[in-house]
Amino acid sequence: MKQFLSFVKKEFFHIFRDKRTLFILLGMPIAQIIIFGFALTNEVKNAKIAILDHSKDASTASLITEIESSRYFEIAESLHSDADIQTAFHKGIVKMVMVLPSNFGNNLKHFNKAQVQLIADASDPNVANQLVNYASAIIRDYQKRITNNRQLPYTINTEIRMLYNPQMKGSYNFVPGVMAMVLLLVCTMMTAITIVKEKETGTMEILLVSPVKPMRIVIAKAIPYLLLSTINIFTILLLSVFVLEVPINGSLILLLAVSILFILVSLSLGLLISAGADTQQTAMFISLIALFLPTVMLSGFMFPIENMPTPLRVVSNIVPAKWYYNIVKTVMIKGLGVTAIWKELLILSGMLMFFLSLAIKKFKIRLA
Amino acid sequence: MSEQKAITTNKLTKKFGDFTAVDEISFEVNKGEIFGFLGANGAGKTTAMRMLCGLSLPTSGEATVAGLNVYKENEKIKRSIGYMSQKFSLYDDLTVKENMRFYGGIYGKSNAFIKQKTAYILDHLHLEKEANVLVKSLPLGWKQKLAFSVAVFHAPEIVFLDEPTGGVDPVTRREFWNMIYVAAAGGTTVFVTTHYMDEAEYCDRVSIMVDGRIDALDTPIRLKEKFNAASMDEVFLKLARKAARAAD
Repeated sequence: MKQFLSFVKKEFFHIFRDKRTLFILLGMPIAQIIIFGFALTNEVKNAKIAILDHSKDASTASLITEIESSRYFEIAESLHSDADIQTAFHKGIVKMVMVLPSNFGNNLKHFNKAQVQLIADASDPNVANQLVNYASAIIRDYQKRITNNRQLPYTINTEIRMLYNPQMKGSYNFVPGVMAMVLLLVCTMMTAITIVKEKETGTMEILLVSPVKPMRIVIAKAIPYLLLSTINIFTILLLSVFVLEVPINGSLILLLAVSILFILVSLSLGLLISAGADTQQTAMFISLIALFLPTVMLSGFMFPIENMPTPLRVVSNIVPAKWYYNIVKTVMIKGLGVTAIWKELLILSGMLMFFLSLAIKKFKIRLA
Repeated sequence: MSEQKAITTNKLTKKFGDFTAVDEISFEVNKGEIFGFLGANGAGKTTAMRMLCGLSLPTSGEATVAGLNVYKENEKIKRSIGYMSQKFSLYDDLTVKENMRFYGGIYGKSNAFIKQKTAYILDHLHLEKEANVLVKSLPLGWKQKLAFSVAVFHAPEIVFLDEPTGGVDPVTRREFWNMIYVAAAGGTTVFVTTHYMDEAEYCDRVSIMVDGRIDALDTPIRLKEKFNAASMDEVFLKLARKAARAAD
């Protein structure tokens, strides 16, 4: 036990002496939450648009006010002719142009029918789509208001409720994603690097000649990172609850317990990488390419898995972060309990057993 | 018999696939002896040493270290030996004292033992002022002497030194050998590989490995007589020239 404690103590010395790395490890979750929370967002806010109003009557004026007062749009330009539309897009400032044909108000009143043209810059298809949807919705609302008093023969009113995330905030989606990413980076990459570092400097040989059991070396190395990761989880949760206002709807204990399971999976992956890599650079590359990229791409946090082609959907199943991401979403956002995540739990536990036994086996072979 | 011998090997062999790195070597090392283990690069010295330290399993043959079987009593052997590798093996980002405390700790020594031994070593190496200095800021010669002190920190029966004086200046090498003599006088058996033939002269007995086999084993004086050579350097060259295996 004393032997083990001196080892853990030594690992803490390594981490605390390397102030820069420590700073990165503890600062990374804060930076990521802030970047994702405030800078990177796929919600469209204050998109610049231009208006070409051929009609210039009371109806178009009130519709334009409606558009302008929404938080999605900012009218950057008023155009005067059809030719201006091209120039407006060429300048690259506006993302959408709304064209109101002449006699808009007149047609609306006397023929009960008027047209609006929406021209969007689809070089970014997602943004174009969203802008068109928002604008259509505003126009629909406007139409509803002016037909309010009249009885239409057939109407279907859609009543929409956004469950679990009524304000449709992007942060509900990325907080679980950032958790998966940070834990994976800290645990997998750092464990792999710290073990490979001992191989590189030659101290590993000395340790293997000493009476310390190899498994103990590994556990002692993992403990400080387990602790750091737990601190990171708390940082992320505190920031998301108090800064981003993402609630923890489910059990905090369950959330922490599954996070520790995921940390263990990540640590065993780091161990597996360290068994295969001989230099710190290799360990870092393997961690980044084989783990970090799939985590970002295939966990469902950046891109929805349901929309992927079948081969990628199949591959996504071996990405541990995908399952953890699902669990965090289910527990934290939806507020559900163990019964809702037993499948994911089972898969992660299976992965833990598999990676750990493989890593131990590899670690032993190296000694022979 | 093995009680009086620190190390015995009998036809110890290590093969990597078709390549026989160590080919049926048999020798004995007496307790308290300084045993020089010589050979050109790639002759199989390090592989042989790794088998004796329990870092590598022999393919065939027998060996005992401190009277313990290398196949079965691996864990016990680890407690009885110290090891200093070719690469520098202390932690750069730990202080001199922390390094000693760590190695004392992993050998399960008591705090009192560690404290007393640390003070003793610092005193002998005149490193009292540097006790709380990070090892990376020490000059190489000091580091090597410190690494040796750490290798014998837990008072092992046998200490294995793998080219311990590589890259060290002649004065420090001399001081290093004085430390080896002190350790040997204290009863520790020293098993040392080296490239420096002047160091071979300091050993009680020397074995010379060529192509995985031991071609000569005796005291330096008798080896010089036998090969009709003025120095160990000449002895070594006469033997090593026969090597079929290219040095790496």
